[in-house]
Amino acid sequence: MFPFIFEWDWDLGHWIFMGLLYLVLVVIGVGLHWVAIKTVFEFITGKDVEHH
Amino acid sequence: MRQADNSKLLWGMTIDLDKCIGCGACSVACQAENNSAFKDEESNKLRSITWLKIYRIHNHKEFPEYREAYLPRPCMHCDHHTPCVSVCPATATSKDEEGGIVSQIYTRCIGCRYCVAACPYHVRYFNWYDQHFPAGTKEYLNPDVSVRMRGVVEKCHFCHHRWMLAKQEAAYNDQDWEGLTYTPACAEACPTGAISFGNLRDPESDVAKLSKSPRAFRLLERLGTQPKVWYLSAQAWVKEWSDNNMTAKPAGGH
Amino acid sequence: MINLECDKALYPEGLPRCNLAKFSPVVLFGGALLTWGGIGAVLCLGLGLNQTGMDDYFALGLWIVFDLAIIALGAGAFFTGFLTYVVGKKELKDVINAAVIIGFICYSGAVAMLGIDIGQPIRGWFIFWHANVHSMLTEVSFCITAYLGVLVIEYLPNIIENRGIQKARFGRLLSHNLHEYMFIFAGTGTFLSFFHQGSLGGMFGVLFARPFTFREGFLIWPWTFFLFIWSAIAAGPAFTTLVVSLTEKLTGRKLIPYSVKMFYGKLCGWLLLTYMIVKTADTLYWALSTLPRMGVTFESLYAQGPYGMWLVWLELGVCGWLPALALIIPKVRQNPALLMGAMLLDVAGVVFNRFVMVVQSLAIPVLPFESFQGYMFTWPEAGIAAAVLGYGVLVFGLSYRYLPVFPREKELNRA
Repeated sequence: MFPFIFEWDWDLGHWIFMGLLYLVLVVIGVGLHWVAIKTVFEFITGKDVEHH
Repeated sequence: MRQADNSKLLWGMTIDLDKCIGCGACSVACQAENNSAFKDEESNKLRSITWLKIYRIHNHKEFPEYREAYLPRPCMHCDHHTPCVSVCPATATSKDEEGGIVSQIYTRCIGCRYCVAACPYHVRYFNWYDQHFPAGTKEYLNPDVSVRMRGVVEKCHFCHHRWMLAKQEAAYNDQDWEGLTYTPACAEACPTGAISFGNLRDPESDVAKLSKSPRAFRLLERLGTQPKVWYLSAQAWVKEWSDNNMTAKPAGGH
Repeated sequence: MINLECDKALYPEGLPRCNLAKFSPVVLFGGALLTWGGIGAVLCLGLGLNQTGMDDYFALGLWIVFDLAIIALGAGAFFTGFLTYVVGKKELKDVINAAVIIGFICYSGAVAMLGIDIGQPIRGWFIFWHANVHSMLTEVSFCITAYLGVLVIEYLPNIIENRGIQKARFGRLLSHNLHEYMFIFAGTGTFLSFFHQGSLGGMFGVLFARPFTFREGFLIWPWTFFLFIWSAIAAGPAFTTLVVSLTEKLTGRKLIPYSVKMFYGKLCGWLLLTYMIVKTADTLYWALSTLPRMGVTFESLYAQGPYGMWLVWLELGVCGWLPALALIIPKVRQNPALLMGAMLLDVAGVVFNRFVMVVQSLAIPVLPFESFQGYMFTWPEAGIAAAVLGYGVLVFGLSYRYLPVFPREKELNRA
């Protein structure tokens, strides 16, 4: 899973598989962080929204 | 794991079915050598650990044309695109770059059994039970072979530990490893000399010569697994039962 | 005297719910199945997988069939999410929450079941840590785990929209922001689902030493990769519709407009029809070209044990072409009984397909001197599968009771 693990090989298979995997995880991670930061910021600044 | 093309070493085995008498010594020797576990009650053969299993095959004819033969089946140690190695998700099995033995890392295996499903020869055995050795039997365990745990897959490894021991002894005696060979337990135990083992890439070795014999064939040749275990038989019907043919045949054997 | 409406404050705003006594069968039924599964799990984890009916010839059994089936049927979640948030089909907002909950149940249930299925559950993380990138199962594991995370993110806003939690301003802000950026998660969810649905098919198609499952394909992807995705999106929405319809029947309330069911019917119809065309073509190519080159005949693979040609007619005919042709006819979709019937056949077809790929393929020997083997699951094994069902009933039941799962429920039940 990581380059320091024994089986890791800088071959095409690893580039494609791990590249896509980490891309997806980064997108999800960034999205979640953005939502969290925005929510906390809005909470601190007193913003409110309609009850769903 | 990439197989080195210039490797001078490729372990292989030949089994002469015209010599095999089905005594089972090879199977027993394998189980003893490799610390194979057994259950209290072994009637369910589908869960028994038999790295080297002996099949009794017959030609499906009536007397006096009826013929039968015994076929010991170890792991084929497939050479090309090994069906089991490519599917293991945790890299718990690999084909050695030198020698081509397909190994199993018991401590890595998570027991998903995908390799068991992938192998067409049924050489892979899963530990459905906790291994337990009754009182007194632990003393006969081979210290050179690790015992396995419940929930992992195991299989024949061409007595890889004997090769390690041979290399150790050669190193201790300051000898070269080139041309070094060893004998697995099954080949050693066979009373008729039906099993030969050696380096397929050494043109002087028995296995190299026998594998090129007109009597030689491999199981399921058509699938392209390139087994390193060759069978020998002069009887045409035996060869016919080594692979699937175009005409539908009833399944049989054991 | 127990107040049977003590949880009234948690009901979704303006919506009536039955009292706790009437709701108790849901809890008891789910709880009973979970208990059965719990006992099975203790036995399997404590004593080993010898408690199941599996053996070295049937290394994969009921659990894998069940896993494959529920993951295929849970595809309604990602596909509805894709259509709602990425393509923009607004009417599916009426059913997206339900689809996500069903998806969550299916995926979390499958992962839990896999935790018991592997021989060394504590080592499960090795698939990630020591990943073999060339194995389809590695791909499946990564994508299913990541997608389960996405499903949690998609389920979260619905949970936060519980009336009690919405009283907190932070809760209102969080659910609002999650909704606003849901397209990110729906998009990545679509990508992940595409790959793991495909790889589940790929797992069987790459077995080049097993003629029954092996398929040629495009580059590294066997045709089963694409067939599994296609069948999953053809059956997933149907499964969602069936679950929602069952809930409507049990609660006596209308939850989604019939037009949404008809839309799903049309979608599943055309997806299933196109799937059947390629599936039939693939089956013919495999039977007439691939198999002879592997040394077997199509007939020989269906001549053993109980697995005869009837399975082909059942999977491809009764549960394939029939519902496909039915669902594309508007008059069929307009009739609720016919629509549900066709969707049920659609779902059954996918379940049969997964069964055939796992159980039948392992039953048919490859070595000519091996014999056909039979397999039957044991009660602990069945218990664990039942536990997933019980878990689903509980989670869906509780979600419906306390969360605003169906946005149009109030409007549709104004009588």
